[in-house]
Amino acid sequence: MINDTVLSLNKLSKRFGTVVANESVTINLKRGEILSLLGENGAGKTTLMNMLFGHYMPDSGSIQVANTQGQLKPLTLGHPQAALDAGIGMVHQHFTLAENLSAIDNILLGSENLFAWRRSMGTAREKIKDIMHRTGLNAPLDTIVGKLSVGERQRVEILKALYRDARILVLDEPTAVLTPQEADTLFANIDIMAKDGLSVIFISHKLREVLAFSHRIAVLRHGKKVGEIATKDADEKIISQLMVGADTPATPREPLTIGAPVLQLTHLCAAGTSARSSLEGINLTVSASEIVGIAGISGNGQSTLAKVISGLTKPTSGELAIDNQPIHKFTPTSLLKSGVGRIPEDRHHDGIIGAMSVAENLAIERLDSSDIQQFGFLRDQELKLNAQNLSQKYDIRGPGIEAQTRLLSGGNIQKLILARVFEASPKLILANQPTRGLDMGAASEVGKRLLQARKRGAGVLLISEDLDELLALSDRIIIMHDGELHAAPSNNRAQIGLLMAGEVS
Amino acid sequence: MIRIEPREAPSRRLTIGVPVASALLALLLAAIPLTFAGANIVEAYQEMAKGIFGSMFAFTEMLTRATPLIFTGLAATLAFRAKLWNIGAEGQLYLGAMAAVIVGTGWVDGPPMLLIPMILIAGALAGALGMAGPAYLKTRFGADEVVTTLLLNFIILIFIQMMLEGPLKDPMGMGWPQSSPVVDNALLPQILPRMRLHYGLVIALVAAVIAHIMLSKSVWGLKLRAVGENAAAALHAGIGVKRTLMSAALISGALAGLAGVSEVAGLRGYLTTDLSPGYGYTGIVVAMLAGLSPLGVVIAALFIASVFVGADTMSRAMGVSSYLADLVVSMSLICVLIGGFIARFTIKMTPSNKKASATDSGAA
Amino acid sequence: MEILEILLSENFWAAALRIATPLIFGVLGALICEKSGVLNLGIEGIFAAGAMAGWMAVWLGAGLWTGLLCAALTGAFFGLIHAILTVPLGLSQHVSGLGITMFATSVSYFTYRTALPQVSSPPRIEPFQPLDIPILSDIPFLGPVLFQQTAMTWLALFLVALVWWVYNRTPLGQALRAVGDNPNAVDAQGLSVYGLRMGAIVAGSACMALGGAFLTMSAFDAFFFGMVNGRGWICIALVIFASWRPGKALLGALLFGAFDAFQVRLQTEVGAFVPSQVFLMAPYILSILALVIVARRAEYPRALLTPWFKGQR
Repeated sequence: MINDTVLSLNKLSKRFGTVVANESVTINLKRGEILSLLGENGAGKTTLMNMLFGHYMPDSGSIQVANTQGQLKPLTLGHPQAALDAGIGMVHQHFTLAENLSAIDNILLGSENLFAWRRSMGTAREKIKDIMHRTGLNAPLDTIVGKLSVGERQRVEILKALYRDARILVLDEPTAVLTPQEADTLFANIDIMAKDGLSVIFISHKLREVLAFSHRIAVLRHGKKVGEIATKDADEKIISQLMVGADTPATPREPLTIGAPVLQLTHLCAAGTSARSSLEGINLTVSASEIVGIAGISGNGQSTLAKVISGLTKPTSGELAIDNQPIHKFTPTSLLKSGVGRIPEDRHHDGIIGAMSVAENLAIERLDSSDIQQFGFLRDQELKLNAQNLSQKYDIRGPGIEAQTRLLSGGNIQKLILARVFEASPKLILANQPTRGLDMGAASEVGKRLLQARKRGAGVLLISEDLDELLALSDRIIIMHDGELHAAPSNNRAQIGLLMAGEVS
Repeated sequence: MIRIEPREAPSRRLTIGVPVASALLALLLAAIPLTFAGANIVEAYQEMAKGIFGSMFAFTEMLTRATPLIFTGLAATLAFRAKLWNIGAEGQLYLGAMAAVIVGTGWVDGPPMLLIPMILIAGALAGALGMAGPAYLKTRFGADEVVTTLLLNFIILIFIQMMLEGPLKDPMGMGWPQSSPVVDNALLPQILPRMRLHYGLVIALVAAVIAHIMLSKSVWGLKLRAVGENAAAALHAGIGVKRTLMSAALISGALAGLAGVSEVAGLRGYLTTDLSPGYGYTGIVVAMLAGLSPLGVVIAALFIASVFVGADTMSRAMGVSSYLADLVVSMSLICVLIGGFIARFTIKMTPSNKKASATDSGAA
Repeated sequence: MEILEILLSENFWAAALRIATPLIFGVLGALICEKSGVLNLGIEGIFAAGAMAGWMAVWLGAGLWTGLLCAALTGAFFGLIHAILTVPLGLSQHVSGLGITMFATSVSYFTYRTALPQVSSPPRIEPFQPLDIPILSDIPFLGPVLFQQTAMTWLALFLVALVWWVYNRTPLGQALRAVGDNPNAVDAQGLSVYGLRMGAIVAGSACMALGGAFLTMSAFDAFFFGMVNGRGWICIALVIFASWRPGKALLGALLFGAFDAFQVRLQTEVGAFVPSQVFLMAPYILSILALVIVARRAEYPRALLTPWFKGQR
């Protein structure tokens, strides 16, 4: 039985302004143990790990890490180098890799004497090869990282930590970018490493995988640890109750008769950022009063599809029709005018202009409309009135309609975008990852609004990586892989997972 | 330990106070080079003040000097608001001046009511044209406009030199490379008798007010701000980003062109290659001191003009190099940059028991 | 044909290399800054400051090499200001750079004027002399082209090799490349983003100042106002043209030098028919053209112009 503690977080607290990110969190980790840190988005998991790794300075509390002899020593806080030296390795959600360097250069970065006048990589290469052999984490070492697949990049990230003799490995939402099958391979690798003595903290919000392969589960909610349980004693129900506090009732979906097609794609081709994300002659129909879910691992053409429907990319061939009217001009304006409402994937980057006011952001998609402007000048009163009404109707909370939009929380920014989209009564709504990064309350609000739009008679194209969300909201699910579409034969997770991985039966 | 945290929203007091404090700090810092030059500092500042407020003539000279700076400051403000780095106001100024000379030196004749608007329009068009090129290269080929506008400044100045030695050369100029004088009916009249101050200032002030209204009240202004703050979101929302950038470029160039017209038709009367002592570049400092606000540009231009006129007087009286003015201007830019940082962030000193330090900002 | 004669002459290529030398320093300096993710528009002013400082040190009695060191330190000083403004403070790299150019230029001019209040003709120094290496200089063609340059040209060529070596063969180079691509990658591996970036800007600025010093200590023997004349901006264009590679930077500077030398010679041939200004404009037009041609294909360092703050990700 393993019981020697390698890491101990003591009463860590962290605030950002008035927001409490972590409050007196205490967690212990043993050698060879896989601990799942479970919690909703915004529960404080990532902040906690960033304090462990020295990216953030805790307001109070301390951290102790076992040295190679197994004695617990206090960790110097606020210094990534100290964490590295103590044997802590972290694989971030957003990979911290330099894409212009090769995999091996990324692994060696910072481990060599910076001012050596030449490099000797022979022994280093041997050591990496040895680690790859032991753990099964294989990656092409001499390829530029920019050319590696997501799975390979993740393995490079883990190799980076192991090369530095990490005894504690932190994985932040490692499966978010993987197919279910890739994720299984990762779990198998981690299992081997844990048996080898590595301790793993595994951050996730996916109950299934947490239950499937961790030894112990710690649950965070609103920055506090609300529970800790051995995995063998846990089940989905207990865990989810800890996570959200109470049962959230699933949004009821009433059966509706599907109407006429509002979106028709015929043999549509469009160039994406890579070959994998280019659309290759896809056919797709979304009808009125229907939610069609697009499942798939990101980077398989979803963004390209969304860009075409948003008017940001011109298809190279094929046809797109909205409400039976073929579109010839692919600009955001022309698609807006033909009745498409767009909820962008990256709401901060594409959805709002942070430095401008809430009122201005609410009006920005219809600047030509005469109730916003007159002779090219803004009608201040109407602008304010519009903003007041919408803020009330969609419950947008923040410092006020005149305040900069960047001061709003993520959930409220999404509400702002929803207000803008739904008020135009679009025939088709493109919702691209509409709940990503939102807490459960805000996410269920988005779901409710989409179902309302469906009831009103709009067609909804819902692109999401979250299979649970797709299964809850969609009338049917289509899987996107390698720029092609495949209808899901059933709502069976395993089958959908295989299709996501491109294994067409 | 020291922590830097962003402010939620900088207060109004800070947004106005910081540039003022920076400008004054830069003036104070001038004491350092003055000491090096061996000047009596108190006396130097007195001379400087005399150079600005000492007489009606001095004061109007300052206003005269501020006129082109308001134009170039506005040119930089509108472009920078759209995140279009027009560093070419200097060249555009000369293009405007050249257009004014081409149109206003007897090629057409008419009453001032006709000629003055004509040279203004010609100058604005020429300036706009000067910025159209870099804007086109940026939107069409993705060529960085910073480099193209900077290099274009040199090209335009050499071109002007060529024109002044060629077709535009004044036949009565005794061989000097200068243009024929602008005809009387095309000259901007003086505002006060016996002072050089001319109606260019009035036009500049009107331009500042119009720019302010357009930027804050018009749909075009909203689009311009949207493109400058977040081009991707502006594009997504259906705003024609390239079109907006192009219009900002043209208007920015036109304003710089007007600076040239105003100098030629209001002050000099003819064109030479030393028409502008870098008004185009100084316009950038004016715009930054103004916090990219068109009305602020007027105040900032008055300050910078005061520095120039004051330092001129002082250097004549005390034998200190007149490059002191440029030094103060550049220092005020650096001061306002740092000031802007202080306005956006708070620096908190908190006692710490750990030797570690971190600069935290942002949210989880 | 006359043109062929020009292109084959030793003098022409010697001149090309001479004209290219300050640009090599400048392009390398800009490359070092930009590869770490920071644009340095202070280059034009740092050229002027380097030219002034190097010249003045020698004029005050220092040796030539001490003068060069003074120039480099002056460049490093202005680079440090830019580094503080753009790296830990994360201010606009465009505006800060232009501010540095104005500041460095006015400091140089003010200092020069204060030291030399009234001189009719600028005082001269004894500049670097061509390294006349006995046997090598007598090699036909190559001898005069390569071995009659001053030590500063050799220093520039050596720096190209050194910079290439650092970026391709040393751990420091890997870190500097990484910090211009993804600062988080550098931070996560325990290296200091601020340290790398600020170091790069300071080193790059020192290199730029050497380009300025070449003007007063090798190409000419005195300091003039406005003598930099846009060379800094041309370097900013050339570094894009060179795709941020030291070898290509050398090539770009040489091509530019060759073109400039060529137009000077062409001017003597056709000067009677074409105004001299057309030739004066040519280098700037060429730079813009080079920029337009490569702009779409240019692979900018991914993190260029993006400030990075510790603890914010």
